[in-house]
Amino acid sequence: MVYVTSQRKDIVRNEGFRTVIIMKIDFSGLESTAPLCGASSEMFDGFSTSPSFQIPDTTDFDDFQKEAIQMVKPAKGTTTLAFIFKEGVMVAADSRASMGGYISSQSVKKIIEINPYMLGTMAGGAADCQFWHRNLGIKCRLHELANKRRISVTGASKLLANILYSYRGMGLSVGTMIAGWDEKGPGLYYVDSEGGRLKGTKFSVGSGSPYAYGVLDSGYRYDMTIEEAAELARRSIYHATFRDGASGGVASGMLCFIMWDQPDGRSYLVMTLGNFTICTIQLNQPLSSRRCPKLEFLCYSI
Amino acid sequence: MARYDRAITVFSPDGHLFQVEYALEAVRKGNAAVGVRGTDTVVLGVEKKSTVKLQDSRSVRKIVNLDDHIALACAGLKADARVLINKARIECQSHRLTVEDPVTVEYITRYIAGLQQKYTQSGGVRPFGLSTLIVGFDPYTDVPSLYQTDPSGTFSAWKANATGRNSNSMREFLEKNYKETSGQETIKLAIRALLEVVESGGKNIEVAVMTKEHGLRQLDEAEIDAIVAEIEAEKAAAEAAKKAPARES
Repeated sequence: MVYVTSQRKDIVRNEGFRTVIIMKIDFSGLESTAPLCGASSEMFDGFSTSPSFQIPDTTDFDDFQKEAIQMVKPAKGTTTLAFIFKEGVMVAADSRASMGGYISSQSVKKIIEINPYMLGTMAGGAADCQFWHRNLGIKCRLHELANKRRISVTGASKLLANILYSYRGMGLSVGTMIAGWDEKGPGLYYVDSEGGRLKGTKFSVGSGSPYAYGVLDSGYRYDMTIEEAAELARRSIYHATFRDGASGGVASGMLCFIMWDQPDGRSYLVMTLGNFTICTIQLNQPLSSRRCPKLEFLCYSI
Repeated sequence: MARYDRAITVFSPDGHLFQVEYALEAVRKGNAAVGVRGTDTVVLGVEKKSTVKLQDSRSVRKIVNLDDHIALACAGLKADARVLINKARIECQSHRLTVEDPVTVEYITRYIAGLQQKYTQSGGVRPFGLSTLIVGFDPYTDVPSLYQTDPSGTFSAWKANATGRNSNSMREFLEKNYKETSGQETIKLAIRALLEVVESGGKNIEVAVMTKEHGLRQLDEAEIDAIVAEIEAEKAAAEAAKKAPARES
């Protein structure tokens, strides 16, 4: 690949009120200095002019490709959040899907179960998030089979971040949080389609995230009970949906649940029904042993 | 049978891969190596040929580490060992990069064994002529492990094992005398096994000890000599004890 740094503005064309500059890449530096034959003749004029091709109409040649990608990349119209607290990791999201100004769905499940002990959130392109989370679930399962131990949240988020990095610049739009339990306790990572990956205790992703951060940051304490944490998560999402047009909406429901195992085997499922109700359900069997069939039923019945 | 040992991809009619078996022969000619797993220590011991006078013995390390928590000793072709060790070291770091975790002993053993197997099923290459003993501690469970791989690409975990020259006698000794040990006892057991087959004693063995806290530590000659002296003293005491009751009765 040849990078040419000089640009020659060959022709300036006036089109009414607009001046359009047609730029041609200058390859004259690549031509040999000695002429082909002694005297230049009319016949060879076509060959002696420097080869060039027309490049798109833009004033900023170096950045126009970035602009093209920005056009394609949808803004992440959603609000999702997750935070670690004493009892585990709380994950919450709104449920609106928008296509530009059109609200395509008010009941989207934006919290995706990667495997029974890991959750991912969806922000950005819905198809991208769903597909790559499912792909990550496959990879996690294969890791378990090959190594006879579960993959850590660190490892899973790293796998996803590496995949997204290799597709960088190709128009994927994924802003996700990987939350889960592993041997080191609760883990929370933010991974996005630029290939960035951050470890943290509190994240919020999406167009409504500034609003959610405001409520979340002011109300957060590490030693909250499960009910308090669920209430904080619910309030953060609610206030984000209140002010952000691309999140939530007037009559939008919200699914927010946390799955984890306490060392003594207790598991809880916390759900919100609508914007105002929180219920906490204690499960009788730990989730880590195997997938609890009733769990799926509870989620989808909302 | 001579027709079936040219290219290794060819099975003989009775199901042998002769090149792999010849590679095992090469291992049997290599220096003796022993590994013993204790409850909190793993020990590798290797027979050292008496140092050639002009050679800088520090440049010939027979027990190497693959990562902070994993060490390897091998018997067989040393040049093959170098290539295999380099690939394993790269894989250890690559694993750290992709999943942000150190490798488990089983993982890297599986990788090395997979490499050795690949070279038994490709065209134009020969198998690696070495068997390895891989020791280490799992990063989370802190469980010590000892694994062995061989040129055919099989691997398994062991409580104690030996490979290389006279490995059968060493293994018999270990089978007779193995018990759960820790710390210094594990080192003594490994050195006793080696002394069964190594001619002269302290000068000709290289021992490395791996613990969870301190990683891999090569014992220097003085330490080895001290332990050898202990072992000899114990042996003499045991023989004296045997003779004494015999005389009494």
